[in-house]
Amino acid sequence: MQKTIIPFGPQHPVLPEPLHLKLTVEDEVITEVIPALGFIHRGLEMLANIRDFHQIIQVVERVCGICSMIHAMCYCQGIEEMMGIEVPLRAKFLRIIWSELNRIQSHLLWLGLFADSFGFESLFMQFWKIREKILDINEATTGNRVIVSVSVIGGVRRDLNSEQMRWILEGLSWVEDEIGRLETTLLSDYTVKKRTVGKGVLSREKAFELGAVGPTARASGIAQDMRMLQYSSFDGLGFEPVVETEGDCYSRSRVRFQEVFRSVDLVRQAAGKIPAGEVRIKVKGRPEGETISRAEQPRGELFYYIKANGTKNLERLRIRTPTFANIPALLSILPGMWLSDVPVVVLSIDPCISCTER
Amino acid sequence: MFKMTPNVMRNLFHKKATRRYPRQIRPTFENVRGALFNEIAKCTFCGACAIKCPSQCISVDKKAGLWIYDLFACVFCGICVDICPAESLHQQSEHRLPLPGRETIMLKAEPKQKIEKTTKIPKEERDDSKD
Repeated sequence: MQKTIIPFGPQHPVLPEPLHLKLTVEDEVITEVIPALGFIHRGLEMLANIRDFHQIIQVVERVCGICSMIHAMCYCQGIEEMMGIEVPLRAKFLRIIWSELNRIQSHLLWLGLFADSFGFESLFMQFWKIREKILDINEATTGNRVIVSVSVIGGVRRDLNSEQMRWILEGLSWVEDEIGRLETTLLSDYTVKKRTVGKGVLSREKAFELGAVGPTARASGIAQDMRMLQYSSFDGLGFEPVVETEGDCYSRSRVRFQEVFRSVDLVRQAAGKIPAGEVRIKVKGRPEGETISRAEQPRGELFYYIKANGTKNLERLRIRTPTFANIPALLSILPGMWLSDVPVVVLSIDPCISCTER
Repeated sequence: MFKMTPNVMRNLFHKKATRRYPRQIRPTFENVRGALFNEIAKCTFCGACAIKCPSQCISVDKKAGLWIYDLFACVFCGICVDICPAESLHQQSEHRLPLPGRETIMLKAEPKQKIEKTTKIPKEERDDSKD
């Protein structure tokens, strides 16, 4: 059979962002995949050499719009660790609340896009309808809808009063109910199962070997979640990662679907345990030394390497985003698949190319 | 096979999730970071906003009394509003309307005279007075 090379992307109806895959096919079965990246490189890491280290928060938030809060939180944690700043406990809890809201809206966005990837347009609309509520909560509590810009070095910029907290929890109960209604549609519908079960299987060994992170790794049975570490004050909250064992597209969607409930639960716990007190402390001095900081993004483990030399500009900022770690896993599961399954499998790792290219 | 049907039936008889936008506008929330404006009469042209702005959309000319704001470079983070010592910068809860072309806002006012500081007391004298 003659080999044919089919370009997939960078502009493709199923892809929210430009990822180019060169697919070598033999009679509709993929034999080789070569990725090409670099369509939306913005050089944000280099801005660290030009901008003040406080201003970098707004820069890293724009690495990825969907997980902006977690990028900012991870960066702030790194700088705080380097400067020896003890953040008020209330600020830590507020960061958790906003980052979990961020995770919920990111997962809902993905669940919608995933439904769209196998042609289930009405399910896509349903998920995005629910997501709108989370964006409203973000807008009312932080001031912005997606790039919330509340995290600062030394705490957070806004506080939540008890009425706002109650309103958030009411909103989340509505979200939980609405998503619960879609559970049977997404997880036990015949057509959905036909398109997802057994497609793009990533075994536990392979996931470990290729360094997969986040829901992609958790769907293959690796219970790895940065929230389990003592990151912020999650240790005060009951948290168990969602783990599935099959490693196919269906498990990956299941993991993300269950994680939405887990995040709602975490917000509830955080709202119940949040202590009173100040939310921001004054920061004096400049960072010096080097540090690494890790946080769990909706797509997996986020890694920051920060090097500072005592001036107002950082010497080096390196960001390793989860999609970068998941691309090798994606490339390993694509060969042997039918061409028609490529959109579903590519979307199943939740590719965030803006993150990857920064 | 018809898992979505109950949801479809519910949606048929419930009110719409969307609004008819230009006719029906959702009221904005409080403290939303919307359009930025400067009460130029209060402005002291200290330039703190221009220094702190992460997108560098503000420039200040103290001598000429000019405050220049690039609307399209602004990311609406609200940092300038937080740090403005004269409290002349504000953010409305409404977002700015779309514009047909790139625009900058240039505000001009007489720069305020420097407030005369009270004469400094030499350190030794101050220490003496404490005692």
